[in-house]
Amino acid sequence: MPNDMQTSGIADHRLTPSDYADNFTDLHAPLTDHEALVAADRCYFCHDAPCMDACPTSIDIPLFIRQISTGTADAAANTIFSQNILGGMCARVCPTETLCEEVCVRETAEGKPVLIGQLQRYATDGMMGRAHPFKRAADTGNRIAVVGAGPAGLACAHRLSMNGHAVTVFDARAKGGGLNEFGIAAYKAVDGFAQTEVEWLLSIGGIEVKYDSPLGSGLSIDDLKADYEAVFLGIGLGGVNALRADGEDKDNVVDAVDFIEGLRQASDMGTVAVGRHVVVIGGGMTAVDAAVQSKLLGADEVTMVYRRGKERMSASEFEQELATSKGVRIIYNAAPVRLTGNGAAQAVEFAHTHTVDGKLENTGETFTVTADQVFKAIGQTLDGAPDGLELTGGKIKVNEVGQTSDPAIWAGGDCASGGDDLTVTAVAEGRDAAEAINNKLTAEG
Amino acid sequence: MADLTTNFIGIKSPNPFWLASAPPTDKEYNVRRAFEAGWGGVVWKTLGEEGPPVVNVNGPRYGAIYGGDRRLIGLNNIELITDRPLQQNLREIKAVKRDYPNHAVVVSLMVPCEEDAWKAILGPVEETGADGIELNFGCPHGMAERGMGGAVGQVPEYIEMVTRWCKQNTRMPVIVKLTPNITDIRKPAEAAYRGGGDAVSLINTINSITSVNLDTFAPEPTIDGWGAHGGYCGPAVKPIALNMVAEIARNPETANLPISGIGGVSNWRDAAEFMALGAGNVQVCTAAMTYGFKIVQEMISGLSQYMDEHEMTSTSEIVGRAVPNAKNWQDLNLNYIAKAKIDQDLCIKCGRCFAACEDTSHQAISMSEDRVFEVMDDECVACNLCALVCPVENCISLDAQAPGTIDERTGKVVEKEYANWTTHPNNPIGEMFELTTPDE
Ligand SMILES: Cc1cc2nc3c(=O)[nH]c(=O)nc-3n(C[C@H](O)[C@H](O)[C@H](O)COP(=O)(O)OP(=O)(O)OC[C@H]3O[C@@H](n4cnc5c(N)ncnc54)[C@H](O)[C@@H]3O)c2cc1C
Ligand SMILES: Cc1cc2nc3c(=O)[nH]c(=O)nc-3n(C[C@H](O)[C@H](O)[C@H](O)COP(=O)(O)O)c2cc1C
Ligand code: SF4
Repeated sequence: MPNDMQTSGIADHRLTPSDYADNFTDLHAPLTDHEALVAADRCYFCHDAPCMDACPTSIDIPLFIRQISTGTADAAANTIFSQNILGGMCARVCPTETLCEEVCVRETAEGKPVLIGQLQRYATDGMMGRAHPFKRAADTGNRIAVVGAGPAGLACAHRLSMNGHAVTVFDARAKGGGLNEFGIAAYKAVDGFAQTEVEWLLSIGGIEVKYDSPLGSGLSIDDLKADYEAVFLGIGLGGVNALRADGEDKDNVVDAVDFIEGLRQASDMGTVAVGRHVVVIGGGMTAVDAAVQSKLLGADEVTMVYRRGKERMSASEFEQELATSKGVRIIYNAAPVRLTGNGAAQAVEFAHTHTVDGKLENTGETFTVTADQVFKAIGQTLDGAPDGLELTGGKIKVNEVGQTSDPAIWAGGDCASGGDDLTVTAVAEGRDAAEAINNKLTAEG
Repeated sequence: MADLTTNFIGIKSPNPFWLASAPPTDKEYNVRRAFEAGWGGVVWKTLGEEGPPVVNVNGPRYGAIYGGDRRLIGLNNIELITDRPLQQNLREIKAVKRDYPNHAVVVSLMVPCEEDAWKAILGPVEETGADGIELNFGCPHGMAERGMGGAVGQVPEYIEMVTRWCKQNTRMPVIVKLTPNITDIRKPAEAAYRGGGDAVSLINTINSITSVNLDTFAPEPTIDGWGAHGGYCGPAVKPIALNMVAEIARNPETANLPISGIGGVSNWRDAAEFMALGAGNVQVCTAAMTYGFKIVQEMISGLSQYMDEHEMTSTSEIVGRAVPNAKNWQDLNLNYIAKAKIDQDLCIKCGRCFAACEDTSHQAISMSEDRVFEVMDDECVACNLCALVCPVENCISLDAQAPGTIDERTGKVVEKEYANWTTHPNNPIGEMFELTTPDE
């Protein structure tokens, strides 16, 4: 008897190959030419457009949409890439409902924003696999080290290379892209898009990437400072927060990011095992992605439990609706007390919570949810930052141009202070740090 | 990124996109911001003679025609020439030109039809360092009633005379701006050419009333209960302007007369179309007034992408490329036979093609009970109406029939040879064509 959704415990191949194919297809199918024209036609070409302000990379949205509507998608792509070299991935993963599309005047007027994200994808998709649109400036002779090949590091390396500097990127893993490759939900970046984009980005030249080269073991920050004119850190958040609930160390209680990484790297979704009863603890994008993808892998019951109310959840309304539409049950205002089970977790006991004088407290009432598999998704933490750098709020402290307390070291993306933990924010910070490094080196002559 | 530098009658500009003489170019503040936004040149809002400036209405001066979703497709205005003092305009023109030596600054002029009046204004304009002048023979309202603008533009003899006065009294290049409110646009263009004009620009606005208020029974825009006709411009006038530009470019008498194309230019493609039909550059008013100066960025990137794709290195390579293919009806090949074809995979079964053909055309589309629409080749005259009313792009195509095949409608073999109306057996005067042509 092959496995199905009711097979108890943790099992693979719960669904048929065609179910997996359907479940993990593109969240939004690419716009056809006609759809793109209709969508573009709705843009009012606002003056000093609010969407541009809401985009962390300040893409000239009205301009690129007008370029689409006049049949010049390549020019539109250029407009996007000149601000955001990972505009292709951002078009897929940005929570546009809380960024550009949230402030679209059409959203205000009709509750239906211009489909900015999907139009951005329409424009940028055409450029992938084609000749790189930007040329490098004349070689400056400067050498710069970038640690981390995630969105922040890649955006930084690309802009530095454009400015004529020679860049070496060091990444701990065997592949580039950071969470684009290992974290983002599979249905947001289908067909290996993360690697396609990395390859295309690097085709500007002037960037050498050293994979399997973690900073820390054998490669010290002092070595980098000695060998390079400047160092940029884009190492993301490598650690995870603990639940601080009894039984957390039981079998089948895993970090959501590890589970997601496993499924992102699987060539056949059928081989990814998932519980019949899955409990996800947390309220961010990671929690939603773990819950939704568990369901798509064939879990029978998926329950996502968040300790505060719906309005406090960092996953957007759209993400929450996506989860419930896939059959995920979301329980608000409940915190884990203990995980029970003999060896492996079998259930999680939760306490209801409420806020008293601004503090979250248990009401004393508890309930239990059956669980073969528990995913922890209550936030990532900084891990492996070089000693001696000043931290703030658990992140590397940087000024407005990304410089750390050590003037030869810059940082950006999730590992650095300031900004939301989003792909697009990482890109903006990487790019801006590159410009700051360029300014400093140019001024020094 | 292609080099868009354009040389129009010796006036250089970073790109062929100029702002037309109108409110966007009425003052230094606007023009500086326009140049910063990327416009290649401006034709300054029309100046009048020294003395108290004209006075505009103080109620609404525009009317609009909308497409779906309130997209502005036509604009009508009853504005006059500049209502600011001449000296102030001249001072500002001088200051702008000094700071933007590489941008085109042309000054539009309209003074009474007397040589002294023109002589008097040419010197001070020359003094500003402006690159050229444009004679406004087009404004259809207000000024025409005073014997200027459109009133001059409708009399070729006056155009020739004033153009000659200007050429004799200034070293600046002279562009003659034409009114479309005339039956044959070639006549004023020929007059400008005879008068020594360096170029013509067209079109100015078209006489129009945008709408009538059915409660007050007054034309819109209504000023205290009354309305007057105004000048129509914007995307809606582009087809009229394109034809007029082509008429001049095709006319052997004016074939060498440079043209600045105006009328509904809203994006790079409109601009390229004007240029292909013979315009050396384009001027824009309504699109800037609707969306702001920033739209020029799309024009620049779009034209540049187009030129790169077609491996063109100069905008002059576009100019006039479509002129040899713009013909008279009688030159068209009557042996070319096409048939409409409906792509059943793309068809969404709305039935609009059927309604159009069945009710108003040639009854050449069949409709089955389960809403399958098909073209009947034995009825189709290839008029194209079905394809144009179809909401789905490329769903209905017009396919040429190969020579040698049978046209099911006529039962005749599709001929390979070109043959037009002048030689068609049905043409009662066909023989005359043949007889007279060699003698001419
Ligand atoms: C499950 C999940 C889903 C998400 N979904 C979205 C989404 O839909 N939309 C969105 O905008 N954001 C989303 N995010 C957030 C987004 O992925 C991050 O904000 C973004 O990837 C941050 O980019 P970064 O370059 O700072 O770090 P990362 O992407 O984490 O990249 C860091 C890189 O540094 C490398 N590295 C780490 N330590 C070292 C070391 N010591 N030496 C060398 N290399 C090192 C890593 O291998 C990695 O390649 C999601 C995050 C997660 C976890
Ligand atoms: C409000 C308004 C005022 C105008 N004033 C002038 C003018 O003073 N002189 C002139 O030559 N043309 C004037 N025009 C005509 C424009 O220069 C231009 O020829 C016309 O609007 C067509 O171009 P468009 O379709 O891009 O608007 C005016 C047009 C408008 C809308
Ligand atoms: S556009 Fe400016 S001047 Fe004209 S009516 Fe509106 S506010 Fe007044």
